[in-house]
Amino acid sequence: MSKYLLDKFLYTVDRDPDLVERYRSDPAGTVEWWEGEIANSILNCHGAERSTWLAFSEEERRALRSHDHVALFGMGAHPFLTLTLFIAMFERDHGPLEYQIAYARAMEHITLPYPDIAT
Amino acid sequence: MATVAAVIASTHHPFYYRASTSAGPDRPPFADEWVAKIEAFRQTLTRAEPDVLVMVGSDHFHQLWLDNMPQFLVGKAPFFDANWYNEEREFGLPRMRLAGDEDLAAYLLREGLDAGFDLAFSNELRIDHSVTCPIITLRPQADLPIVPVYTNIFAPPMPRPSRFVELGRALRRMVEAWPSDKRVAIIGTGHLSLELGGPRQFGPHGPDPEFDRKAVAWIANGDVDGCLGEVTLDSLHAPGNATHGFMDFMLMMGAAGDGVKADYTDSLDLFHTMEAYFTWYPEGAPS
Repeated sequence: MSKYLLDKFLYTVDRDPDLVERYRSDPAGTVEWWEGEIANSILNCHGAERSTWLAFSEEERRALRSHDHVALFGMGAHPFLTLTLFIAMFERDHGPLEYQIAYARAMEHITLPYPDIAT
Repeated sequence: MATVAAVIASTHHPFYYRASTSAGPDRPPFADEWVAKIEAFRQTLTRAEPDVLVMVGSDHFHQLWLDNMPQFLVGKAPFFDANWYNEEREFGLPRMRLAGDEDLAAYLLREGLDAGFDLAFSNELRIDHSVTCPIITLRPQADLPIVPVYTNIFAPPMPRPSRFVELGRALRRMVEAWPSDKRVAIIGTGHLSLELGGPRQFGPHGPDPEFDRKAVAWIANGDVDGCLGEVTLDSLHAPGNATHGFMDFMLMMGAAGDGVKADYTDSLDLFHTMEAYFTWYPEGAPS
């Protein structure tokens, strides 16, 4: 399991307006494309200088494909990244603060200590 | 030598800009009280007549990322562009550009390195709302050069709270020793109890009002020992999963001085998180 790679997915999608829309409308296709094209790119390097070892587990692919923020939290994905991206994708479908409150309510069974987010 | 004209510690609430500029049905019911408190807080900086601002904040995974994460970083550049697409998108923050004071940045880097802080630096830094929120609240004309100082309160492993206090003390000493006739305000922003992306987020108050009450008392009284006696990297998980941002308040307590009471203290209980504002005048309160 790679918390770093989950975070890298959330980070690179959240900062790109086109990718935010693509992930909202086609999560499975976006996750497959991203893992093939972006997962091993080193963000500040020329495209030819790629890593060779980064891949999702099937559990991680499933959580990302199903927009499952509760599962991502349980895996130790950085909660700020998940929240920011999911607000960008889904707040528009709800009234003021409705989405943020429902997001919290879906996690109310979770108690301290929360999953470790260290990468 | 330079003068520390003011030391200011504040929360950085990204929704203030939108709340304060909205009108009609979009204006939240708490906006007027919030604006009044901010305008009173702003006067505490205006009265100090600063020439340059040292701005302590934390990048929220904008330019600094897990493939290359500094613990403490000083921005040294003639200009800093500011705010990011996702801050525009979520908070409605405007794009900004601030001038930098490269002489002070170079001085802090040299002296900081020699004092045992292995400070990273950036010559091209796009700053985020941890720095621009206090510009918007405290100096909306954005007319003074800044030196941004970023801390890692976001991505473990992080430095311990005592290290933040020590860096605050060092910043104060370094600014006071800077060979310049300028008046420097040291401004830093952090959080009280805060939960982001977890079950306690966006409640009617901050996630831990009892922590907030104690935190405001520690800061207002300059009670560094009391604060360090209770706050650890582990303990900060309990009040809310983003409460490590409180360590930037601890840095500012170090800058203000052990046992030095704030000359100005205010707070505002909002949904999701409590706001808190503190100003110290090392030279004595200006008339």
